[in-house]
Amino acid sequence: MTTHTQRRFGRASLTVVTWVIAILFVFPLLWMILTSFKQEADAYTDPPKLAFGPTLSQFASILDRGFLPYLANSAFVTVVSTLIVLLVGVPAAYALSLAPVPKTSNVLGFFLSTKMLPIVAAIIPLYVISQKTQLLDNVWALIILYTAMNLPLAIWMMRSFFLEVPTEMIEAGRVDGAKLPLLLSRVILPVVAPGIAATALICVIFSWTEFFYAVNLTAARAGTVPVFLVGFITSEGLYWAQLSAAALLASLPVMIVGWIAQNHLVRGLSMGAVK
Amino acid sequence: MTAVAPSLQTGRTSRTRTTAKPKGAAWARRAPLLPALLFTIVVTQIPFIVTVVYSFQSWNLVRPGSSHFVGVQNYVDVFTDSQFRVALLNTVLITVVCVLIALLLGLGLAILLDRKFLGRGVVRTLLITPFLILPAAGALLWKTTMFDPTYGLLNFVFGGDTDWLSEFPLSSVMVQIIWQWTPFMMLLLLAGLQSQPKDVLEAASVDGAGRWRTFASITLPHLSRYIQLSVLLGAIYIVNSFDAIFLMTQGGPGTASTNLPYYIYQRAFQGFDVGQSSAMGVIVVIMTLIVATFALRLMFRTFDVSRGVK
Repeated sequence: MTTHTQRRFGRASLTVVTWVIAILFVFPLLWMILTSFKQEADAYTDPPKLAFGPTLSQFASILDRGFLPYLANSAFVTVVSTLIVLLVGVPAAYALSLAPVPKTSNVLGFFLSTKMLPIVAAIIPLYVISQKTQLLDNVWALIILYTAMNLPLAIWMMRSFFLEVPTEMIEAGRVDGAKLPLLLSRVILPVVAPGIAATALICVIFSWTEFFYAVNLTAARAGTVPVFLVGFITSEGLYWAQLSAAALLASLPVMIVGWIAQNHLVRGLSMGAVK
Repeated sequence: MTAVAPSLQTGRTSRTRTTAKPKGAAWARRAPLLPALLFTIVVTQIPFIVTVVYSFQSWNLVRPGSSHFVGVQNYVDVFTDSQFRVALLNTVLITVVCVLIALLLGLGLAILLDRKFLGRGVVRTLLITPFLILPAAGALLWKTTMFDPTYGLLNFVFGGDTDWLSEFPLSSVMVQIIWQWTPFMMLLLLAGLQSQPKDVLEAASVDGAGRWRTFASITLPHLSRYIQLSVLLGAIYIVNSFDAIFLMTQGGPGTASTNLPYYIYQRAFQGFDVGQSSAMGVIVVIMTLIVATFALRLMFRTFDVSRGVK
């Protein structure tokens, strides 16, 4: 074998190895998807069944069990809290980057330190406060908490995107006599828009998947999809096929959004460190 | 939390103090920041202050009117509680092990993906999916289809009839957490790898540097801020792990897989002991603050916060 073909062979086998690892890694997930199309009797067999008559009946029974209101709650809480994060967070990120307030690093430190506060330390007062303010089992309690949960990270992320705006562009605009609103809409926002989108995506993922607050502060009325999954397993024992269908349906919206916006996901997570 | 911020002042920023400017202008500058700051202070600090107040009370939720001041008794009880120590140890173990393994696996996968090959987009999509599904769904999925002693795939592949969740509860929970967080690490590190300046890599190969040499002296130093960021963010989320433990083992058997978030939850919502769970909450916050102060320093050095501050 020449070195050339050797190298080609090496590259091809590395590709095969990568594929095999990837498939093994997501195998639990692939298996879950497969299980969601099974009848209960086919879901747990020893040995596991690969050939079966696929059925949509599990998805139908999930809907019968009142899945849609939970889905609607999740969607509402996620969308509204993400919007508030942007509404409050964009000006804050601006004030901490392009027009920095005094003691910027202290403020940033404060925001990040709230992220490190173990959420469990606040759950009892939050429970009591929600109870007294009639916010227990109310979507607005979750909206407020998810906004507080995502805001610090969002401000950090958006700040790094604002810092990418070339100062020369802003100076040039100022020299031309542009006032702040015009500068914002013509110069700054076009540059930071992808970064804001990336930040919003991260907020959506963390709100949609949040479990601790949802489980402890909501029940049937304001429950989000993770709460639906819990009620499912405690009430009637194990129905693997139905559980798989529920898990798939509950995850699907964020899965699809995340797949489509993969590059935004990377930008958001790396806080704009990728140029 | 507020305690951390002042100690972080770098000195460089003290020059930013506005001098001889009218007060109105200074407030106009602060205005865009205030809503976010006030909201965060109210929602994150007030519950914590209330936790501190509760921690000095003896209060059981099932006995209305039982609340009365007991001083530091709750704290004494927590420190003599051996279950609390187990939960603390488990929390540290879960966080350190899961962050490290997820980081290493993530790095390996990122290196494999940092080449052009057939179906790279599909492979990347597959690999990020465990991060996108609900952690609750992931936990239930591992509990049933993977770890089940009779019908689980693990026993089907490896043989035997191991009851993974009761024989290896902590490791089983950690496997699920690692599975869920590896994609997160991979994505971040992949972004780091792909942002490497190509000319430097080419120069290294022209100079005859081998793959390992290039990796150790060029790639790793370049990756360091990405590694720090993944460790910090990963640790923040993993230290609060609750879903996996709640849904897979309920902290058991006994206290074998109980971590602090789960233990405090148990004391509060199953024992209804507001005072003692609050005291535990306060202790956890103080310990977190000590660790966080170091983490924040690191973060500030990495992300050169003084940038943009003139």
